[in-house]
Amino acid sequence: MTDFAIELIGISKSFGAVKANRDVEMRIAKGSIHGVIGENGAGKSTLMSILYGYYQADSGQIRVNGKDARISNSQEAIRLGIGMVHQHFMLVDTFTVLENIILGAEGGFVLKKGLSSARDHLLKLNTEYGLDVDPDAVVGTLGVGLQQRVEILKALFRGAEVLILDEPTAVLTPQEADHLFRILRTLREQGKTVILITHKLREVIDITDAVTVMRAGTVVGNVRTSDVDREKLADLMVGRKVNLKVDKADREPGEVVLDVKNLGLVDHRGVKLLQDIGFSLRAGEIVGIAGVAGNGQSELMQVLAGMLEPTSGEVEYKGQSITHLKSREPKAKALRRLGIAHVPEDRSREGLVKAFPMFENAILGYQDDPRLMRGTMYNRRALIARTRTLIEQFDIRPGDPMLRAGLLSGGNQQKVVLAREIFANPDLLLVGQPTRGVDIGAIEFIHKRLVELRDAGKAILLVSVELEEIMSLSDRILVMACGQITGEVAGNAATTTELGLLMGGGNKQ
Amino acid sequence: MELLISTLDSTVRVATPLTLAALAGLFSERSGVVDIGLEGKMLIAAFASAAAAYVTGSPWLGLMAGVAAAVMFSMLHAFVSVTYNGNQLISGMAINTIASGITPVLALAWFQQGGNTPPLPDEARFAEIALPFVDTLRNVPVIGPVYSGLISGHSILVYMTVLIIPLVSWFVFKSRFGLRLRSMGENPHAADTAGISVARVRYIALFWNGVLCGMAGTFLSVYQTGSFIKEMTAGKGYLALAALIFGKWRPVPAMIGCLLFAFADAVQIRLEGVELPFVGAIPSQFIAVIPYVLTVLLLAGFVGRSTAPKAVGIPFVKSR
Repeated sequence: MTDFAIELIGISKSFGAVKANRDVEMRIAKGSIHGVIGENGAGKSTLMSILYGYYQADSGQIRVNGKDARISNSQEAIRLGIGMVHQHFMLVDTFTVLENIILGAEGGFVLKKGLSSARDHLLKLNTEYGLDVDPDAVVGTLGVGLQQRVEILKALFRGAEVLILDEPTAVLTPQEADHLFRILRTLREQGKTVILITHKLREVIDITDAVTVMRAGTVVGNVRTSDVDREKLADLMVGRKVNLKVDKADREPGEVVLDVKNLGLVDHRGVKLLQDIGFSLRAGEIVGIAGVAGNGQSELMQVLAGMLEPTSGEVEYKGQSITHLKSREPKAKALRRLGIAHVPEDRSREGLVKAFPMFENAILGYQDDPRLMRGTMYNRRALIARTRTLIEQFDIRPGDPMLRAGLLSGGNQQKVVLAREIFANPDLLLVGQPTRGVDIGAIEFIHKRLVELRDAGKAILLVSVELEEIMSLSDRILVMACGQITGEVAGNAATTTELGLLMGGGNKQ
Repeated sequence: MELLISTLDSTVRVATPLTLAALAGLFSERSGVVDIGLEGKMLIAAFASAAAAYVTGSPWLGLMAGVAAAVMFSMLHAFVSVTYNGNQLISGMAINTIASGITPVLALAWFQQGGNTPPLPDEARFAEIALPFVDTLRNVPVIGPVYSGLISGHSILVYMTVLIIPLVSWFVFKSRFGLRLRSMGENPHAADTAGISVARVRYIALFWNGVLCGMAGTFLSVYQTGSFIKEMTAGKGYLALAALIFGKWRPVPAMIGCLLFAFADAVQIRLEGVELPFVGAIPSQFIAVIPYVLTVLLLAGFVGRSTAPKAVGIPFVKSR
């Protein structure tokens, strides 16, 4: 019989009428890397929050090292040797690494003593697990990859034997992710147990020993990783056959729709957010922009969509300069009129008004469309009819035009925005993070629609932090790092390694 | 020389309650709780201490009453903004309004002196302390006047403040409590996941905030004026807050800010009615505005980027 580090037996948890976890069973072998996989809202996070003491289960049992455990707060979890690396790092930016690590485990009222003994311990852990973190660096100045290692150190410093990582690669470049995985393997070699929560199939296949698949609050599969492949996991996650590959025929692109030359953007502090950006985009082509979040992709989209004015350079749309428009209406609106549609990266803040019903969101940005008006008033019936069309075309659920947009799931919110922008029949579509927080089923649908749009001869500029998405959709891929384009790769020839190097700005060596 | 020393002497006098209040604000804001209620807490403490000192005849009992009153208001602020996640600005504002309303009402009810307390007899006030050797050193050039005119002859509260500043510095930057306190203001979620109770630390911070505000208020009535006067804080709480921002939420720089404001105040008093060459007498309203203009100038230009604790003002709600 194998030794289990963690056993979860019949865990159930409800929030009001929502059953977040139903009768969940999971056994995690000591010294293994165990994946917990599922779509957004499948109940992974709730389950781990129960294990880490944020929530108490309504029913069920937790066993740690074979012994029954009651974990009523995170301190008890820590005492039982459970550590957690959160998706949003729980670090104090203005503190040094050392100060962050001892926070909550200072070892006495006077800091000095605790700091010096912690330093020794930290250096030991550093070498033992190949973490390579400077104890005196101020955390806010470190990159995300290093900050994550500080989080890992924090858990190890508190004597964690079981380490829970929540979507750890969401913010990392592929190289950083590889480094993380090396660290995780070292941890396993040293006998630690790692629980990896993720929605990325590739990671699960690459690194885990066993996987628990969750769907709608229940466990739908406990499998050994060696027994499954990506397709099987995806089918389990979604509960039906999923086509992971995007079907896309080669196509000769048409005329240049968008031409960007030497585009630059400097913010009020003088920081160069964009530098010397130049590329062109043709009709019937999807160009993807890859990069770690925060390397200028968002700003580029905002400039092209007319939300920011560039400081230098030229933007031409169908041969006409749109760099600075002399127009009385807001630039974003003028551009929409010219046929440039924009699906913003942050749909809940820029794409939708969550408190408004769906039918009002369905005309956002196109509110002056004369077809929607009767005199100076809106023709409510026309609004709702338009919304019903969008609902039908994009299979938005629930299909109630009166429903507040905020009550829709992430995937359906995104469908509303996408449907609205595509309905305007644009020649150029700017899409930011089309599938962030969207479940696999809806991803499949959204990707299909984007390819259809491309095949209909539209130009699409796609920004995404999901490399797989960029690689499967794009005809050409541009990589951005530090506000510059560091390389261009053909879509069908791209590899993660190559893109990863460019994402790190690696072409300069 | 004598003018300089007396100006500096009154600078110290004015700076003391400002510094105490600024340190009070430091505890609160470092813990992530905005405190515009410094003004009100000083006022209620000034009243409570003056009333208690008058009734009991003891400045120390006055101090205790002042501290107790301010701590009570601090706890009210904590209750609203920590326990119930209320809006911290509104809670602070409410404290100011309550204090400025309730003090004259109680004073009128208890003492019938038009909303003030009766003047305190000398034994009920904090006395000015003559440090040892004052008389022997008085005639030594330079050292003598500085020692006897500037360093000696203050209330015990001034000397306590001088000790409190390094003590607060040490607590905030070198102790476990300080580390936790600072983490609250920057990222309470980090502290929470490390198993530290955010509410507990914030309550403790606000307790010390109350103690210091209580001392500041007591200083005004039981030492400086010798009685409680309606609205006697006259914006000192806000000035202390400005000094705190000027000092980037650090004890010593905040104290320097307080000294600057106090110096401007001392100069202002001395400029009143003085005939300047070429200019003539400056209208007193114009002079009275100096400390406030200085505040605006300092905060606008001088300080550069003064970054507040990141989480200040945001009620802590557990993530997930």
